[in-house]
Amino acid sequence: MSTLDIVNPKEAVAAAIPATTNNTVLSGSEAVLEAFIAEGVHTFFGYPGGAIMPIYDALYDYRDKLNHILVRHEQGGIHAAQGFARTSGEVGVVFATSGPGATNLVTGLADAMIDSNPLVCITGQVFAHLLGTDAFQETDVINITTPVTKWNYQVTDATEIPAVLAKAFYIARTGRPGPVLIDITKNAQIQKFDYEGYTPCNHIRSYRPYPKVRKEYVEQAAALINEAKRPFVLFGQGVILGKAEAEFKAFIEKAGIPSAWTIMGLSALPTDHPLNVGMLGMHGNYGPNVLTNECDVLIAIGMRFDDRVTGRLDKYAKQCKIIHLDIDPAEIDKNIKADVPVWGDCKETLPLLTQLVNKGNHKEWLQRFRDMQQQEVEAVIHDELNPTSEVLTMGEVLKVLNELTGGDAVIVTDVGQHQMIACRYAKFNQSKSNVTSGGLGTMGFALPAAVGAKFGAPERTVVAIAGDGGIQMTIQELGTIMQFNVGVKLIILNNQFLGMVRQWQQLFNDKRYSFVDITSPDFIAVAKGYHIEGQRVDARENLRTALKTMLDHDGAYVLEIMVGKENNVFPMVPQGCGVSEIRLK
Amino acid sequence: MQKQEYTITVYTENQVGLLNRIAIMFSRRKINIESLNTSPSEIDGIHRFTIVVNETEDVLRKLVRQIEKQVDILKAEFSTNEEVIYQELALYKVPTPVIAEKAKVERLLREYGARAVVIRMDYTVFETSGHREEINKLLAALEPYGLMEFVRSGRVAIIKASTGFHDKLKEFEQRERSEEVAENEYLGQQEKVFTM
Ligand SMILES: Cc1ncc(C[n+]2csc(CCOP(=O)(O)OP(=O)(O)O)c2C)c(N)n1
Repeated sequence: MSTLDIVNPKEAVAAAIPATTNNTVLSGSEAVLEAFIAEGVHTFFGYPGGAIMPIYDALYDYRDKLNHILVRHEQGGIHAAQGFARTSGEVGVVFATSGPGATNLVTGLADAMIDSNPLVCITGQVFAHLLGTDAFQETDVINITTPVTKWNYQVTDATEIPAVLAKAFYIARTGRPGPVLIDITKNAQIQKFDYEGYTPCNHIRSYRPYPKVRKEYVEQAAALINEAKRPFVLFGQGVILGKAEAEFKAFIEKAGIPSAWTIMGLSALPTDHPLNVGMLGMHGNYGPNVLTNECDVLIAIGMRFDDRVTGRLDKYAKQCKIIHLDIDPAEIDKNIKADVPVWGDCKETLPLLTQLVNKGNHKEWLQRFRDMQQQEVEAVIHDELNPTSEVLTMGEVLKVLNELTGGDAVIVTDVGQHQMIACRYAKFNQSKSNVTSGGLGTMGFALPAAVGAKFGAPERTVVAIAGDGGIQMTIQELGTIMQFNVGVKLIILNNQFLGMVRQWQQLFNDKRYSFVDITSPDFIAVAKGYHIEGQRVDARENLRTALKTMLDHDGAYVLEIMVGKENNVFPMVPQGCGVSEIRLK
Repeated sequence: MQKQEYTITVYTENQVGLLNRIAIMFSRRKINIESLNTSPSEIDGIHRFTIVVNETEDVLRKLVRQIEKQVDILKAEFSTNEEVIYQELALYKVPTPVIAEKAKVERLLREYGARAVVIRMDYTVFETSGHREEINKLLAALEPYGLMEFVRSGRVAIIKASTGFHDKLKEFEQRERSEEVAENEYLGQQEKVFTM
């Protein structure tokens, strides 16, 4: 059947045969949904519109097998899919219509691309014969999304759908994961074809997600580690994406190496672990930053030396040998030249390395981290967590939250000061518990991502933490929470400023506060408008009870906490400085 | 590090949209493409891109890894001019009356290895192939005779040390894991790595 045979959707719908599993004739739309079922997708997010209506029509008959969550904005949909992927470790799926629906996905695609989230996005597209004619809601989605997708593809013929979707899921979840977008023209959604079942993809000749592990590099790495006096491990999200938390722990424990995390790697190692020495980067901990420039062997595992982690490159880790474990060959030597590159999935390479390293403990070296931690406690942390002034600090909110959750909650953060404070102080007992927009720094991420995080880990407590600025970017997702009873706890840390930008203006622009003074609606009234419970807190004596009320509440809850207006996040590596030039105040 | 001319050779699946995916990797990094040629390769269904840029080796190495990482790209590598045999092709249109009267056409053709592709009463089209400098020399020689049109193709290049793509493809189809794209310079230099 030619793809242009059916251009009238009404005719096609009239001719449609209701889908049952025995049917071998399916529409393109049904084939999409069959692919989801075969791939184990149960929950996904989306928003309908003209060009994706045939898929939504098919979905009507799949309502008992597939749980579609209607979001309030496609950006919310894709962030939800990201949150889902992060807590479940599975592929997140989102639907959008052509034109504005598809362009609303772009921020989330960029976010998922840079943070390696496995996603499959399905966009509707105008009829194939209208491509390139400026048809209603036609945009060139493939070209718009090319730089922000791991792979994208336009389907114009339904017969391609099973194989293309199989490829999409395979590409999204293997190797270094990433977002895949499949744009399906309306005629292909309607077109009926002989369906021959779904075969999952496990090989594409032009795509080699798993590099060959080279023994000699592993041996060289082990030899370096065994000779080291001051080895230091930096770990990123690669450990989580590789599901290699146990292998990672076994490695650092055997070799006795202090380990620090990037915010994407956060929660891969429990906060309380004796070798966990804290956070790297601009607002990271004092010890890990300073001692990066004093170690003798640096072992980077599943992290990519982002500039927010390294500060000035020519002042970064010049004194040491560098071992870099990564699955993505393009990351090796990209920012930091590795002396020993260990290509491969760390789930595979770490055990090989663990076998070859000597048992060790670098007591004195570890003690240096502890000593610097003490200095940081005295200079920064103590006051942040136990303020004597009347106004609340973000840090003390996190401290009380930790006490109440015991470190078992999923924490989803937005972008800004509260994000840095939450990453610095939140306690984690298990992996896949910290969800944040690391690489792109997308304000508005937290609330929709928390919706997805909750569907990805329904049995867990999910707490979203946002600033008064960022929450106003995607606050409409309270509607999704209302409609689907999503038990997300939202904390708004309200400092009445775009805090992080204000902090920079204070420190680097002579306190010229240019358009960072942001007003907010009555957030609790807004929440109430969505039939969501909530309260505002501005006094210390009410903080614990309010947090407890929020956590104990059955269902969603919004807690607005008024915090100090001009508090700053410290320590800080100012832009253009080396990591050892980190400032405590 | 010094910028120099490099030839990038990319083997790809024959996929709509791939040209854009490749092109934006250069524009994103503000790297100017000197020339680009796409054609079939020795293997049915596999395309070959030949891209010439003027860049440092360091930038090239990173860029080529990013290109090879793309899903529909089978292989990407870069070579110096010494490592490839390369040619460009050019066409020159000149007015026949002028050229016939004033130029020693025969000498021109001989000297520059050119051919006359079309000779009409009103114009003549010459063709030559070679390195850029050779092509430019004929261009300069023809300019005084009222050159009407000039066009030069992108570079095509064969890598001297390459044995073609057949074996690699077999490896890929047999689900072999991939070797990393570039050797690490420290491998085999035990001494250098181990003196701390
Ligand atoms: C979409 C988007 N726009 C702008 C920015 C720049 N930006 C980074 S942090 C920040 C301020 C955030 O303010 P708020 O949400 O109130 O959080 P706070 O820093 O006060 O905790 C801004 C504007 C961004 N990261 N993302």
